[in-house]
Amino acid sequence: MPGQGLSRRSFLKSGAAGLAATALPLRAARTLAAGNVTVGAIYVGARDDFGWNQAHAVAMATLRKAANVTVLEEERVPETDAVSKSMESMIAIDGANLILGTSFGYFDPFMIAMARKYPSVQFRHAATLWNKDKHPANLGGYFCYLNQAHYVNGVAAGLSSPTGRIGFVAAKPIPLVLNNINSVLLGARSVNPKAAVHVIFTGDWSMPVREAEATGALVDAGCDVIACHVDSPKVVIETAEHRGVKSCGHCASQAVLAPKGFITGAEFKWETIFQTYAALLGKGEPLPNLLAGGYDSGMVRNTPYGAGATPEAIKAADAAIAGLKAKKPVYVGPLKDNTGKVAVEKPMDNYDPALEGMNFLLDGVVGSVT
Amino acid sequence: MRGTSDPVLAAAERTVIPLAALLVSALIFSALLALLGKSPGTFFALVWTGGFGSGFSLQNTLQRSAPLILTALACAIPAQVGLLMIGAEGALVLGGLAAAAIAIPLVQAGAPPLLAMPLMLLAALSAGALWVGLAGWLRQARGVNETISSLLLTYIAIAILNFLVEGPLRDPGSANKPSTMPIGKDYMVGSIPGAGVHWGLLAGVLIAIALQILRSRTVFGFAVRITGGNPRAALAQGLPVGRLMLACSAISGACAGLAGYFEAAAIHGQANASLAAGYGYTGILIAFIARQSPLAILPVAILFGAIEASGGLIQRRMDLPDATALMLQGIIFVVVLASETLHGRFAIFRPAAIAGRP
Amino acid sequence: MSPDAPATLLIAVLGGAIRVSTPYLLVALGETLTEKSGRINLGLEGALALGAMVAYAVSFHTGSPWVGVLAAGLAGTVLGALHGVICGLARVNDIAAGIAMFILGRGVAFFFGKPYIQPTAPRLSSIALGGWSGNPALRTALEINPLFLLGIALAVLMWWGLANTRAGLILRITGDSEPAARAIGIHPGRVRTLATSAGGLLAGVGGAFLSLSYPGSWNEGLSSGQGLMAVALVIFARWQPLRCILAALMFGAAGALGPALQSAGISQGYYFYNAAPYILTLLIMIATARSNTAARDAPGELAIVK
Repeated sequence: MPGQGLSRRSFLKSGAAGLAATALPLRAARTLAAGNVTVGAIYVGARDDFGWNQAHAVAMATLRKAANVTVLEEERVPETDAVSKSMESMIAIDGANLILGTSFGYFDPFMIAMARKYPSVQFRHAATLWNKDKHPANLGGYFCYLNQAHYVNGVAAGLSSPTGRIGFVAAKPIPLVLNNINSVLLGARSVNPKAAVHVIFTGDWSMPVREAEATGALVDAGCDVIACHVDSPKVVIETAEHRGVKSCGHCASQAVLAPKGFITGAEFKWETIFQTYAALLGKGEPLPNLLAGGYDSGMVRNTPYGAGATPEAIKAADAAIAGLKAKKPVYVGPLKDNTGKVAVEKPMDNYDPALEGMNFLLDGVVGSVT
Repeated sequence: MRGTSDPVLAAAERTVIPLAALLVSALIFSALLALLGKSPGTFFALVWTGGFGSGFSLQNTLQRSAPLILTALACAIPAQVGLLMIGAEGALVLGGLAAAAIAIPLVQAGAPPLLAMPLMLLAALSAGALWVGLAGWLRQARGVNETISSLLLTYIAIAILNFLVEGPLRDPGSANKPSTMPIGKDYMVGSIPGAGVHWGLLAGVLIAIALQILRSRTVFGFAVRITGGNPRAALAQGLPVGRLMLACSAISGACAGLAGYFEAAAIHGQANASLAAGYGYTGILIAFIARQSPLAILPVAILFGAIEASGGLIQRRMDLPDATALMLQGIIFVVVLASETLHGRFAIFRPAAIAGRP
Repeated sequence: MSPDAPATLLIAVLGGAIRVSTPYLLVALGETLTEKSGRINLGLEGALALGAMVAYAVSFHTGSPWVGVLAAGLAGTVLGALHGVICGLARVNDIAAGIAMFILGRGVAFFFGKPYIQPTAPRLSSIALGGWSGNPALRTALEINPLFLLGIALAVLMWWGLANTRAGLILRITGDSEPAARAIGIHPGRVRTLATSAGGLLAGVGGAFLSLSYPGSWNEGLSSGQGLMAVALVIFARWQPLRCILAALMFGAAGALGPALQSAGISQGYYFYNAAPYILTLLIMIATARSNTAARDAPGELAIVK
């Protein structure tokens, strides 16, 4: 369970320094000399939310195994100046030399300002917003292209769904989410040309009642597989299981929540990135400013197949994964969006920057971005 | 009514009882921590370190207190005229939105900051004043309970914020986190030189003092106090109770709108969903503990700023969830409320002349 | 839109109305009791959150969701009783006390509820009242949770009891006129504390519904103001239990409308569907305030109508 190591530390601390707290060591920022790495991660939500934050926490936990790495975590830090203060506290009081800001809204202006203030500390953000000309050199970004794993979700769902109707519960119509929805469609259509994706937007990242309603509405509309992109897929997956339909996961593994209907899930493999950072820091080497990838760099994975996946689906999904590892493109144009316009003209590389500005839903997706 | 008329004794009573309540809350909370196997000593030591123990901690505390002072005033001012308004969160959000929205054409036209910034400020104040003023008007003209209406208006304000920020006012470059156009460094509010905290802190302090003077030394303040004590008697005296309520509601909204202005123009540099950070609700708590007095709000806001500032350290060192602060706030609120009943009960606070009376 | 879409939409809204309205109904009935006695409790949101957490945790540990419901009721009663006792002290504003309970209830719920976000607890099973139908959507819509039926039964019981029993009479007199109550030997404080505790109990059970039935999961965003809206709902229902059922169903339908419309292909302006319950409540409050019938129905001692 995350935090075990921390309790031991805090026990020692309270024993030694309990009431002499003003003498609590304001440790000098540890230098980047070979050896000790102190990584601080800041989460916008709860560490055990079965979703976005948990994926990061799971990856951070793998760092604890290394002897020279100290892990600090703070959860539920909102996207306000509170995060600046949390970062500063980790640096000034606990001597962190790598700060990981895991929520989108932490970057501008908070991480940028902090990076300028502490040039000897490395800052990395879970998105690819870093720009060489605009931002300091000790700042950067990292990202795992989850849409590739959602594509695999779509492939598996397309062959596990008798009706070919996939429901998608989404939070907000932003590019990251639209990319995932479209990828599910493309994956499903690659094995079933008549597959369709029905999407409902709940309006915010975490709204349990509305997510349950949306899932129910999609099932009532005839969808027999439910996928999602919300901060914590727990409610969606549990509701889908309760209604007796299959489900695909997102962010972290929700397989345990749907023993009968789980097909597979799109999971981040943040540990590939974090371990790279820790290793480089430990050797005193510079960190790359942008580190992103998908299946070809081992940065995403699909949850092991559940009972809802048919054998054909498993075979096709494994083939899709192999294809993605070989950099086979997901978006192969020409493709139209669901308002009739041409959205993609020619095949797009899986890391094409245009993906970051996606503002359409492909033809085959029932739903609207406005 | 009050059991004492000597101003010194009255002031003493007003300070000692809440302080005692805070102490009792700390004891209850400590007992809870001890039951859970956590050290209360470490907890309070960390609150001290994280809140006041270093220059950095002090900055952190003051920065967090800045919006809280204003939102607490937003609750305290109408309370003095007998209205319990809890809509500061909504007014804050709309204030920040208004400031960022009006900045869009001004920044694009390259207007001079000396013109643009006051306009943004005015927009924020007006938006907030109108919003809470609406709740006040509904109460005064239609008898709608202002507590519930101000709360509902808060939820509606947040929906309006989300709608505008993700739709008509959205900066196309902010696709993944819908926000308005960045205001830009030239038009943003900076820090108090040497303090590392933005000017909103000073604004809050000055306004608290100003409102205290308004309350205790002006005719308006006198009228407000009478109305707060007994609205019917005030009406009978010919005081314009309705207009007083409206005025206080507007001032309340303006304070919260001002907090929103600083959130947008000093912290975020734009308006987006992060404006709704819960400052409005904490402000209500602070106002009650300070017994709705503008001056007492200042130290209480700083105390709460310190609790929030040390939250991160407590999470990291004691492995306690962030809900710890919420629970502590709840305990404080309940005990302070219960302690209200002790006012006027202690002979020690009554002037000698009437101490003998039963 | 497909040809049978309007029917599907209606069924979806019906099902949603029943599901989403259950917590509203239970909390509103609890608040009706409290307000009939002359006190207002804004802290039911806290009792709701606490009830949800306790129900989930107890269900997880004991394996029985109904024991969870019982525990939730107990937790809600404690919070309600605390509100009652504090308000009973002189000079304490009951609206402020309600806000305090709101914060305390949520704080305790989130603090102790942390370890229960991960695990899955056994849920309450529903009664399939739609088994006769061949339409799967209708069957799902009519899968009714026993707590909804409990709510309806309670509403009928309260309606009858308030008018025809001695307890009901005592409650009403306490709420209408404190001097009259004292004159016939009733202790208003005790009656109010009992009524507030009962209100807390129902709110706790309402919370249990959220975590054990629909959405059937525990996390910190479970309740989004249902406890506070229930207060407005009670005013709208003019303090009459049977009207509470109707009002709760309306609110439930408003909450279910957004997703149902989107799934039928109408997705413009989803923010306003999300804000609809709040706007509706506000409009209702404006419409019913100051109207003669409302003033007549309101308990005379209620702080917000004095």
